Amino acid sequence: MNARELDQLHILSVLVEDKSGVLARVASLFARRGFNIHSLAVAPTNRARFSRITVVVDLESAPLEQIIKQLDKLIHVVKIEELRPADAVERELMLVTVVKGEDPHDVLDIANRNGGYALDFDDDHITFSFGGAPKRLDVVERELAERGIRRIQRTGRIALPLLATES
Amino acid sequence: MRLTGAQAMLKSLELSGVDVVFGLPGGAILPLYDPLIESSIRHVLVRHEQGAGHMASGYAHITGKPGVVIVTSGPAATNIVTPLCDAYIDSIPMIAITGQVAFGAIGSDAFQECDTVGITRSVTKHNELISSPDDIPRLVQEAFHIATTGRPGPVLLDLPKDIANTDMEWDPAIELTWGQDLDLPGYRPHIEIDSSAIAAAVELISGAKQPVIYAGGGLLRARAVEALAEFVELTEIPVVTTLMARGVFPDDHELCLGMPGMHGNYTAITAIQQCDLLLAFGSRFDDRVTGKVDAFAPKAKVVHIDIDPAEHGKIRQAEVPIVGDAREAIVAINKLLIDQGAARPDRTAWRSMVSGWQEAYPLKYDQSDTGYPLKPQYVLEQLRDLSPADTIVVSGVGQHQMWASQFWHFNYPYTWVNSGGLGTMGYAVPAAIGAKVASPDKTVWAVDGDGCFQMTSQELITAAAEGIPVKIAILNNSYLGMVRQWQELFYEERYSQVYLSPDHPDYVKLAEAMGCVGLRVDRAEDVAGVIEQANAINDRPVVVDFRVDEFEKVYPMVPSGGSNDVVIVGPEGDAELGLGAAPS
Ligand SMILES: Cc1ncc(C[n+]2csc(CCOP(=O)(O)OP(=O)(O)O)c2C)c(N)n1
Ligand SMILES: [Mg+2]
Repeated sequence: MNARELDQLHILSVLVEDKSGVLARVASLFARRGFNIHSLAVAPTNRARFSRITVVVDLESAPLEQIIKQLDKLIHVVKIEELRPADAVERELMLVTVVKGEDPHDVLDIANRNGGYALDFDDDHITFSFGGAPKRLDVVERELAERGIRRIQRTGRIALPLLATES
Repeated sequence: MRLTGAQAMLKSLELSGVDVVFGLPGGAILPLYDPLIESSIRHVLVRHEQGAGHMASGYAHITGKPGVVIVTSGPAATNIVTPLCDAYIDSIPMIAITGQVAFGAIGSDAFQECDTVGITRSVTKHNELISSPDDIPRLVQEAFHIATTGRPGPVLLDLPKDIANTDMEWDPAIELTWGQDLDLPGYRPHIEIDSSAIAAAVELISGAKQPVIYAGGGLLRARAVEALAEFVELTEIPVVTTLMARGVFPDDHELCLGMPGMHGNYTAITAIQQCDLLLAFGSRFDDRVTGKVDAFAPKAKVVHIDIDPAEHGKIRQAEVPIVGDAREAIVAINKLLIDQGAARPDRTAWRSMVSGWQEAYPLKYDQSDTGYPLKPQYVLEQLRDLSPADTIVVSGVGQHQMWASQFWHFNYPYTWVNSGGLGTMGYAVPAAIGAKVASPDKTVWAVDGDGCFQMTSQELITAAAEGIPVKIAILNNSYLGMVRQWQELFYEERYSQVYLSPDHPDYVKLAEAMGCVGLRVDRAEDVAGVIEQANAINDRPVVVDFRVDEFEKVYPMVPSGGSNDVVIVGPEGDAELGLGAAPS
């Protein structure tokens, strides 16, 4: 992904009422209005009534302001914050099954340098987990791809505002 | 007090002020229809659920209260998707209660199961699947609140059969605070109007030389008729009223320029193109009004009042966006204008420019002396002149809709009911019935096309059976006329699947078979007599088959997607229309 493309990605942290179907409402609004979702992560918060959705939107499709305003019209959407990467902490988790190859030290070395954990293996493969900033995971993914990735699952990013910028 | 879910639902509707519902029963909704027998609520039994939805819409247009629909699950729920979508795009408050299979059976492809909440998600302002009878009073209060506040719209509650049959504890104390103290943390419809925006608007208004008010349907939803009248009185700014706003400002007022848009009149379109300040009050820059957006009102600064934040900047970025209730906003502007006591700017030059266009480009048509072929515009003028001034006019979608909007003189608010945003053929007959239920003392004329009429005409059986004496004027041009017009102009007169025949069905016999009076006219000289005959009938619905010119076209016309600077005012401009960009 080049810099221009990254510029088009914005992170929205969306506090929603934890009602059945709320994710479907958000997803179908994006589909209905032709907005593109780059990634999406959802989980309950510490308050029983609410969940938080971190959605990374692609502004190629629509201006951010329209996306936020349309989202805000959903009755179960309580609050939307736009998190600019510079003002937020972001993390993502990646599970990846890699081909061991001739010399497994090679992939183990990549894992060690990037804080990966080996979770599973067989004669030919190792499955690692990596956590970190999404950009860092991009780099790891590229390196591993050169060795041979059999399967990969990333969670999509989650984010919270930097304490210093929070009002 | 112990109530079943169904009883709790009916009691909740009663407490919400519902006096009439439109619907049709079936398996999953049976529990709700049983206690209906004892309820004070009137039920209008429709012949097709789509009719119930449009009736609710007609009712809501007239009363401002939500129209209520009750139908069963599955096919009945899918039958109301069109009216929900119609109400959603035109911001009409509506409540739909749909039956659903038993809660535990959801997802099993049970008989008449469909994913109603999923299907209607994008055509409702909100919807909920009821999962416990205890939730019913709360959900009904929330539904009415959501449907009627902010930008109004339809709300659907899906009621599983077992939940309707299960007992719940009704706490009479909630009746005292009904509709209040709702806990919806994600819904804040009241927006405090920003006084600095009001001041900025007043400054622009005071400085403008060629201002125009572009009045939209939001003004009717906001009950802003009087505020608008006062504003015009204070400023003497001319008004164009969109298709959704006909009647919000009297057509006979000298400052009323009529309807803008694709088939608007020359003066309304051109005044917008030439204005230096566009006051978009409760309007949303619909593509049928703007034509090519980049060329729309190119010289104008814009003040945009809309209660829906998402409408601001969606199509056109206003210099002064005012987010909030249109009535409150205009009242605030009026107050500031009065407080400032500023002298009225001299607008003589602008006024004479506008009246110059009015004189040069009136609406026109040609009724031949022989009275044959009968022109649809002539029928409308006669209908207008021979019916009470406050007649409610309801229309379908097509050429007849445009002529009705153009040739009627709307001098009262809430006398024009039509499907603007979705353009739903078949809207007129049921919506007229809903309007007549809402306003039984007024004459209600539906102006319908022969194509539209055939989509929902069976609701005249409902009208006859329930004693709802609406009047239907079919402008029978034997064609899907609006489509025929486009094929003539943009597809080299290659007519593909638009001919309907004037005689199939025989509208007079069909009307009689449905318990209505059926009349027919095909000559100009007979029109007045038949209209008077129809107007004198008040005990039954009346259908008049007006055999009108098959080839009449709607003018003026701005080719779709074209700039509003090019207005074709009559057939002599057809060649130019044909040269326009490919229509959309
Ligand atoms: C449900 C639906 N189907 C199709 C259309 C497309 N359409 C728009 S106007 C029109 C013709 C309407 O014919 P008629 O009711 O006879 O009216 P006329 O234009 O002849 O006055 C059609 C087919 C529509 N608006 N709605
Ligand atoms: Mg027709």
